[in-house]
Amino acid sequence: MLDQPTNERRLTIARAMAEAMQQEMQRDPTVFVMGEDIAGFGGIFGNTRGLFEEFGKERVRDTPISETGFISAAVGAAMDGMRPVVELMFVDFFGVCFDAIYNQMAKNTYFAGGNASVPMVLMTSTGGGYSDAGQHSQCLYGTFAHLPGMKVVSPSNAYDAKGLMTAAIRDDNPVVYMFHKQLQGMGWLGTEAGATVNTPEEDYTVEIGKAKVVRAGTDVTLVGLAMGVHNALKAADKLAEDGVSAEVVDLVSLVPLDRETVINSVAKTGRLIVVDEDYHSYGVSGEIIATVTEHDISKLKASPARVTFPDVPIPYARHMEQFCLPNPDKIVAAYRKM
Amino acid sequence: MQPTKEQLLWMYENMVVSRRFEEAIEKVYLEGKTPAFNMANGPIPGEMHLSNGQEPVAVGVCAHLDANDIVTATHRPHHQAIAKGVDLKKMAAEIFGKSTGLAGGRGGHMHLFDSAVNFACSGIIGESCGPACGAALSRKLQGKPGVAVAFLGEGATNQGAFHEAANLAGAWNLPVVFVVEDNSWAISVPKSEATAVTRNDVRAASYHMPGYYVPGNDPYAIFDVAGEAIARAREGKGPTLIEVETYRLAGHFMGDAEQYRPEGEKDELFAKDPIPKMRERLISDGHATKDIDEIEKRAEASVADAITFARESENAPETDALTAVFV
Ligand SMILES: Cc1ncc(C[n+]2csc(CCOP(=O)(O)OP(=O)(O)O)c2C)c(N)n1
Repeated sequence: MLDQPTNERRLTIARAMAEAMQQEMQRDPTVFVMGEDIAGFGGIFGNTRGLFEEFGKERVRDTPISETGFISAAVGAAMDGMRPVVELMFVDFFGVCFDAIYNQMAKNTYFAGGNASVPMVLMTSTGGGYSDAGQHSQCLYGTFAHLPGMKVVSPSNAYDAKGLMTAAIRDDNPVVYMFHKQLQGMGWLGTEAGATVNTPEEDYTVEIGKAKVVRAGTDVTLVGLAMGVHNALKAADKLAEDGVSAEVVDLVSLVPLDRETVINSVAKTGRLIVVDEDYHSYGVSGEIIATVTEHDISKLKASPARVTFPDVPIPYARHMEQFCLPNPDKIVAAYRKM
Repeated sequence: MQPTKEQLLWMYENMVVSRRFEEAIEKVYLEGKTPAFNMANGPIPGEMHLSNGQEPVAVGVCAHLDANDIVTATHRPHHQAIAKGVDLKKMAAEIFGKSTGLAGGRGGHMHLFDSAVNFACSGIIGESCGPACGAALSRKLQGKPGVAVAFLGEGATNQGAFHEAANLAGAWNLPVVFVVEDNSWAISVPKSEATAVTRNDVRAASYHMPGYYVPGNDPYAIFDVAGEAIARAREGKGPTLIEVETYRLAGHFMGDAEQYRPEGEKDELFAKDPIPKMRERLISDGHATKDIDEIEKRAEASVADAITFARESENAPETDALTAVFV
């Protein structure tokens, strides 16, 4: 099991992502990377650091601020035999280029009756918590996962980050790779320490579409992804102090969604809380709850709960944003109310 | 078009207010962020894009506008807001995230909205352009006076939103002026590597409007060209595209190590700082003597007042986060 490597080699998610791209670029000449400030700058969030120095400007391309242009160019290149990894700097910017993503990247395979592939990765940063306000702090997991034709993943730690990136690049389908800024290991964003974990040097993949039980428990299932996993783990620690045993499921992937792992966990615990930094309504949290209740509602000993971001734009002022964000205390409170 | 003495002194004063404001914000921004720089900390958290060096563009253009005209601005909006007459205290308070801020702390530094002077901005690159066209159209349809100015960076001229809006302005002959602040950098990417043309004024031809390039970050020259363009718009003669060479004396945002800059570039830019340059010229042209010290003192005092006001204001209740989504 690579999950428990013996050698200590702790990487940040930023470095783990860059290492996966580096190894895939060494292995496969069709892989190239493009986006804003991803060359000499190494990516605003550090996830392409070192690539430009090793592979040069043909394969590591700074783009103009033309997201529609370069993301749809990635679609064209992918359909012509390349494997582009393209960065949308903040997921919030999807608004200027969504056609390239959901009408082209996500649908061309279907329009070709399965006879064409679009093997590309769209990596994009998500999440708030550092007062970057309403156009630079969103998660939008549900927005992307809602639309058919693209896989959607989001790692909670460096081990998964590397394996998912490698898997995403090798996948013959488009993969939206969403990385949470507070997990990147960039000090200036404030960093969740639990995301920096042992990461093997050799290349490996983490299966896209497989959730992980990251903490076993018997009384309640806490489901989350990315930052939500860390909030859930901290809540589980707090609940444990009161003798409550919480199981934590890291979704890892939203599309495909590993419904079985969630269903099995709730079958065991009988209680479900979904933690999601995305907006409350019409999103991942509702989907997870529907998955469980549709399957067998009798397994639930209490109404399921969700700890999410309220349906308002993300406020700038720190105290207002913190008031809105999920946190471990809110998860504990949700359990108490059950 | 030559500025009057009053206009010159107004321009100078607003440049100084703007610079002092940025310097004050920079200082407060760094509070709580040392030794470890973490954007989430301090009285002003989040990203911070300072406008040091770009003041001439804002004042040279806004000298021709009044509160009734419209300005749509960018992620780097402080100089534009100040020149447009946005309330300095409320603006500072918004940047501090306080209840007395323009949006009660909901918007922050990239989202300054002041309807009293028709000022708006967006942190999404290129998104100043469409709203300016719409406001210009609205004035036309309502038969109301007023023109719209969209500010954007040279990096934003590669965004579809700019080209679509420019075509709209040309096709509909709208009273709008596009002002491109060419500081030659889009974060770490130089204009020369991202833009197919050397100068954006040539792009005006695609949208059937005049295009001008103003070199030298010179408030006098900007005043001249912007004045002609805004007068044309007021007379119903349609849109204009102006690109202005300007200097970003700060990093892209606070915390930017600026390793992408060629060696010596910052020194060269500081040597061309437009504020001392204008000061000298005002004095040598006989437009200012002792009164220049008073202007500077007044500027400093108004900034100090605004910062004190912001600092001493209360936070809004946290539940305010949930209001104002709809009117
Ligand atoms: C649509 C979109 N893409 C990318 C960004 C990230 N971004 C913020 S500022 C910036 C550079 C903008 O350059 P320019 O327009 O020249 O303005 P400057 O920062 O130089 O004032 C970028 C890429 C954004 N805010 N919006």
